[in-house]
Amino acid sequence: MDKLLDQFSFGLFFWQILIFVGLIFLLKKFAWGPILKSVNDREAGIKDALKSAEEARKEMQNLQADNERILNEARAERDGMLKEARQLKETMISDAKVEAQTEADKIVAQAQATIESEKKAAIAELKSQVAGLSVEIAEKVVRRELADKDKQLELVASMLGDVTLIN
Amino acid sequence: MQKISVVRIFMTLALVLTSLNLVAKDTENVEKEGKGGLKTEIKEFIAHHLLDSHDFTLFSDEKEHKYYGFPLPVILWDGGLKVFSSSKFHHGQTVAEVGGNYYKLYHSKIYKTDAAGTIDYDAHHHPTNAKPLDFSITKNVVSMLLISILMFFMFRSLAKSYKKNNGIPSGIGRFLEPLVLFVRDEIAIPNIGEKKYRKYMSFLLTIFFFIWFLNLLGMTPLAVNVTGNIAVTFGLALLTFLITNLTANKNYWGHIFWMPGVPTFMKVVLAPIELLGVFIKPFSLMIRLYANMTAGHVVIMSIVGMMFLFKSWIGSPLSFGLAFALSILELLVAALQAYIFTMLAALYFGMANEEAHH
Repeated sequence: MDKLLDQFSFGLFFWQILIFVGLIFLLKKFAWGPILKSVNDREAGIKDALKSAEEARKEMQNLQADNERILNEARAERDGMLKEARQLKETMISDAKVEAQTEADKIVAQAQATIESEKKAAIAELKSQVAGLSVEIAEKVVRRELADKDKQLELVASMLGDVTLIN
Repeated sequence: MQKISVVRIFMTLALVLTSLNLVAKDTENVEKEGKGGLKTEIKEFIAHHLLDSHDFTLFSDEKEHKYYGFPLPVILWDGGLKVFSSSKFHHGQTVAEVGGNYYKLYHSKIYKTDAAGTIDYDAHHHPTNAKPLDFSITKNVVSMLLISILMFFMFRSLAKSYKKNNGIPSGIGRFLEPLVLFVRDEIAIPNIGEKKYRKYMSFLLTIFFFIWFLNLLGMTPLAVNVTGNIAVTFGLALLTFLITNLTANKNYWGHIFWMPGVPTFMKVVLAPIELLGVFIKPFSLMIRLYANMTAGHVVIMSIVGMMFLFKSWIGSPLSFGLAFALSILELLVAALQAYIFTMLAALYFGMANEEAHH
């Protein structure tokens, strides 16, 4: 310790403090300040770049989600339209069927009515023809077989039977 | 194969033993011959080398009194400023006469003497002559100036390269930038904290590179022992002490004089201990750097000196190898001591800025 104190040089201490403090201030102004500022700026820049990249990634995700949603909506709309069209088709077909049925029924009814009237006319005509024929037959029979009483009765009976059959 | 290797081992052992024998003989011879002449010379050389010097001697021949180097300005305050060249001392052999006063260089210190240069001693063989205030630009001052200029240009070029190269360092800056970031990220921020480290950065960076470069300069053949000088380490420790205590907050002083969370009696007991700690912390910084660097210089120079003592064909190469290995170790120590000093300074700053958390 004694030797240490003996070695201590005040002059060296004075210069050391002077040089060192001077160096601190000089370097602070010309080196440390600009260096630390540049480094901090660079680090802040990197941080910002990373942040904006992250944001861009998120935006991208949002866009993708949007696209998905729009696509889904479009798909749903298309499905709806197809369904509607199918329903429309079905109703149209069933409507047409019903209409055709009624039309057909109408035609059938008309045809039946015509057939009925035709039938009636035909029957009427047949009746008149049968009546004429029967009168003729009766005339002939009467002329030929008036003499035979039994034959007369037989004739009447057969004629009567025919009449009922016709009707 | 095995036989051959066994034979080899025996031969090596025999060689080592004989050479050890030779070494022993040699040291005996030396001690007999010159009453330890070479040994004392080496001891004196080392002791002289560890001290500051008033002239920059690159190498010298003490016997012939031939010195190669250049003189430095001597600045004295002795009833007025006296400036003259250290060549006037002729390495302590003559008395320098300046304005009617006589000065003599004795063991790297300047004493005021009479015209004949008589030095009076007290009982302990210490000179009793008056010592003028010595503000000389000594070898250590020149080394510090040299390192300061070097640091200025190195870090100025790093600062400039950012502007030129769009925020990316170039040239020597590529080497320096990681070191600056190391001081910031590994020393300042962990010890002081993200919020307050900025105001200490200039001091921490300057002191780290200043100590490291001066340590490295001590490893060159110039071998100036600046960081192993007590005045220099005292200056560095004093600045650390001042900055710590001048920027300390209320919480720091509270922990020293009125330790929270302990009984009142203990508070009274702890206060003087804590107060002592305030001074011991920078004192340990001063002694640690001084002792480490001085010890490193002494050990390396002693081992280099051993090369001249062992004039044998195995002792000298052995000392050379040892000196070489130790030099590599000292390179590590140079960086380590700079790191430790900066680290502890940052730790003390951090303590001075700690917020209450009870």
